[in-house]
Amino acid sequence: MADTVLLVASGIALAALVLAGLRMVLGPTAVDRTVALDGMTIMALSLIAAYAYFTGRGIYVDVAMVYGLASFAGVVAIARYLEGGLK
Amino acid sequence: MNETIGAFLALGGSIFLLLASVGMLRMPDYYNRMQTGTKATTLGSILFLVGLGVMRPEWLGKMLLLVGFVVLTNPVSSHALARAAHNARAKLDKVGKTVLAVDALADAEDAATDAPARAAGNGEAEHA
Amino acid sequence: MKDLKGRAIRFVLLYGAWLVLTDPGKRDEWIAGGIVALLASVLPLFPKTALGDLKLSPKALFGMIAYFAVFMKALVMSNLDVAFRVLHPKLPINPGIVAIRTRLATPLGRLLLANSITLTPGTITVETKGDTFFIHWINVSERDVEAATKAIVGEFEKRLEVFCG
Repeated sequence: MADTVLLVASGIALAALVLAGLRMVLGPTAVDRTVALDGMTIMALSLIAAYAYFTGRGIYVDVAMVYGLASFAGVVAIARYLEGGLK
Repeated sequence: MNETIGAFLALGGSIFLLLASVGMLRMPDYYNRMQTGTKATTLGSILFLVGLGVMRPEWLGKMLLLVGFVVLTNPVSSHALARAAHNARAKLDKVGKTVLAVDALADAEDAATDAPARAAGNGEAEHA
Repeated sequence: MKDLKGRAIRFVLLYGAWLVLTDPGKRDEWIAGGIVALLASVLPLFPKTALGDLKLSPKALFGMIAYFAVFMKALVMSNLDVAFRVLHPKLPINPGIVAIRTRLATPLGRLLLANSITLTPGTITVETKGDTFFIHWINVSERDVEAATKAIVGEFEKRLEVFCG
């Protein structure tokens, strides 16, 4: 029961990831793409945590954490670039 | 029992994540996409991760740490992006227009750079 | 003094995070985490922290809990608001950037205020210049600085003042 519900939840999160990816492809500006990327990393982080549950391996929770750190730094770096690079 | 509660929390979270994506697709410009993107992904991931933590109590500590991290960093990256977007608006507006009824920040910047040329009235200037 | 307090709070936070991430049953982890957290918080190599602005008193602690409760409520409300606007067939929005002025003087207070604004219904912080915050509001109803301040941050400012004025 619980596993099925979580599987459905993961499916919805995956659909969200795909839709956000669509926004990333559509653009039109670099900021739109970065906003979509920011959202996608959070969704991917949640999915990695769900993967940790399905496989039963706690190490994936740490993977999710490091992924979150790296993606935050990445988005801030892109924002910095946009600020200086497009002015 | 715990597992079922956690799974339904995760389901609620995933619905907010989906809502964030739909918002990003439907909203007309990047500020509004940021609005839905940041808010809905934050609550969505909180519910999803806490749900997983409830399903596996031994991971709850790590999940809460991850939640705290998301809550602190998600708004910050959104501020960085919004600021960058506003600074680069002259270039960005050529590609995709923003809809702003009032822009107090642009008015304040104009007032600081060319005080004499500042238009009378209190800032109806729309940057197109 | 304030710097020392900030570093002490940073040490406690880092040590706590270390113990959550590793297996707290092992004595080695306690020792290694303590050394690493101590080095990371006291070495002058690492930047100064704004955490020293935090007040540590029973009253401030209750203030933090009250703030947390208000914050969670606002987060849920803002998501319901997003859900309403996104799913409404006509997209009821009237976006604009308005200015507000805050009473909070400390960097930590302003950081938390900016984050709270971003996660509350219909607003994100775009830029801060001193005590003036520029807010993107999805449905502008007040253009005046005082009125907008009251409508957006009135509640949060009051709560934040208690523990990091």
